[in-house]
Amino acid sequence: MTHRSKSSHVGSCLSICEILYCLYFKVMNIDPHDPHKIDRDKFILSKGHGSAALYATLAERGFFPKDKLEGFYMDHGTLPGHLDMQAVDGIEASAGSLGHGLSLGLGMAIANKCDSNPGRIFVLLGDGECNEGSVWEAVMLAATLRLQNLTAIVDMNGLQGFGRTCEVIDQTNMTERWAAFGWEVHEADGHDMGQLEKVFGFHQKGPKAIIAKTVKGKGVCFMEDRLEWHYKSPNDEQCESALRELDGKS
Amino acid sequence: MRTTFVNCLIDRAKIDNRIFVITPDMGFSVLEKFKEQFPQRFLNVGIAEQNAIGVAAGLALSGKIVYVYSIIPFVTMRCFEQVRIDLAYMNTNVRLVGVGAGLAYGPAGATHHAIEDIAIMRALPNMTVCCPGDPVEVRALINQSFAHKGPIYFRLNKNGETCIHDDSARIEIGKAITVKEGKDIALITTSNMLEQGLHWVKEWSLQGKQAALISMPTVKPIDTDAILQLINRNIPIITLEEHNMIGGLGSAVAEVIADAGKAVVFKRIAIQDVYSHLVGSQQLLRSKLGLDRRPI
Repeated sequence: MTHRSKSSHVGSCLSICEILYCLYFKVMNIDPHDPHKIDRDKFILSKGHGSAALYATLAERGFFPKDKLEGFYMDHGTLPGHLDMQAVDGIEASAGSLGHGLSLGLGMAIANKCDSNPGRIFVLLGDGECNEGSVWEAVMLAATLRLQNLTAIVDMNGLQGFGRTCEVIDQTNMTERWAAFGWEVHEADGHDMGQLEKVFGFHQKGPKAIIAKTVKGKGVCFMEDRLEWHYKSPNDEQCESALRELDGKS
Repeated sequence: MRTTFVNCLIDRAKIDNRIFVITPDMGFSVLEKFKEQFPQRFLNVGIAEQNAIGVAAGLALSGKIVYVYSIIPFVTMRCFEQVRIDLAYMNTNVRLVGVGAGLAYGPAGATHHAIEDIAIMRALPNMTVCCPGDPVEVRALINQSFAHKGPIYFRLNKNGETCIHDDSARIEIGKAITVKEGKDIALITTSNMLEQGLHWVKEWSLQGKQAALISMPTVKPIDTDAILQLINRNIPIITLEEHNMIGGLGSAVAEVIADAGKAVVFKRIAIQDVYSHLVGSQQLLRSKLGLDRRPI
């Protein structure tokens, strides 16, 4: 998708694929044929620039036909580079500006609690995104309200817009930070399905944070842990090579 | 105005369990009654306006009708990008309720004044901008907001305003209200300048000039038809607002006049693109900033 449209953020997408797969195929109570059912679990991609990964996951899960993916980031296209909830079924919130998603998810979690609705809320944030002060406003309130139906996942790929996260704003103690605010925090390898499924399954008495250790550009050797793949789109040769590698053929 | 607002909300909340109130730690002596009656539908999110808007939008996306209450600069400007995306772009049923229109917080200083709010809220697609001029307008517009689709910004003054309209006045979101007919001048006011507008009309009357007084409690969508009717009467049009010269009621009316392509005598009375560094009451600041100077 990013090759065809010559768009950015392929590295950001590859760091969250397993998390999305785990949520949409293993964890969440959702029905692609009834995308608005009232007691569904909801997912918010707060790092909206990872949109291509979410679109692909939703299409694979059956929320919309896969041919819509061809209109990603295109003239007269179907799917914008950052999320527009009007574009297709399955997108719970528009996103693209960082630091919004956790507050939105918090509001949804409060509504479900108020309505005795069993639906759970999952919000995926980037580690760079945690520079945003609004994230911590939401973190503080969620803990105060002891919301058992809210889970945040932090995609800890260690890279942000213009540098390594630990060098821009040192967040090497991300786990301790969320715990200090009163969240139940679990660490996991964000590319290990078994570990992810296990931590998602832990019973929670309050809001849960999963600090997912990930690799930007995961699965493509020339993209892994490289800042430039926040911006570049693969050319023909790189795309072919990347797909071969992801298919396990090289 | 704020008492009228909260009373309307309480009445509705008794029969509509979608009504929710969020405050970023404001509302002392105003919101207690709502909190006591509907503790499950009242939430103080702490001094965190960005989160207040996001939480409100999340509730609205879950079917609630959410009123976020604070002082105007904090509920509009501190969290503007949340307002833009979470409310306007996603077209959610959140109502921003700001108190302290214009210079209402007078001696508190310019941090608490609201002179740019209409301009920035008006610039957002999907956003309706309501600036009621008296408690009767507040009641009508708040009552209509329960069935409205999409976000609304309510610009309230504070408390103790005189009722200008009687209960029979026809007040609708998006419609101008003719308070008084007149053939010589048309004065259009919005928000907390309605009462002063009425005084001016009386003063003109003593000078033998019959001025029409139009209250414009909705600045967006502006009532284009009502303004076009005034343009076609070919009488001077004056706008009066406690807001900056740029982007408020005067700008909205000027846009309609410009698009109409007809010459008409037009004057905007507004704040001359300055912050107030004076210390004093709303009335004193109005005077110092020239808002009480009636054009001849």
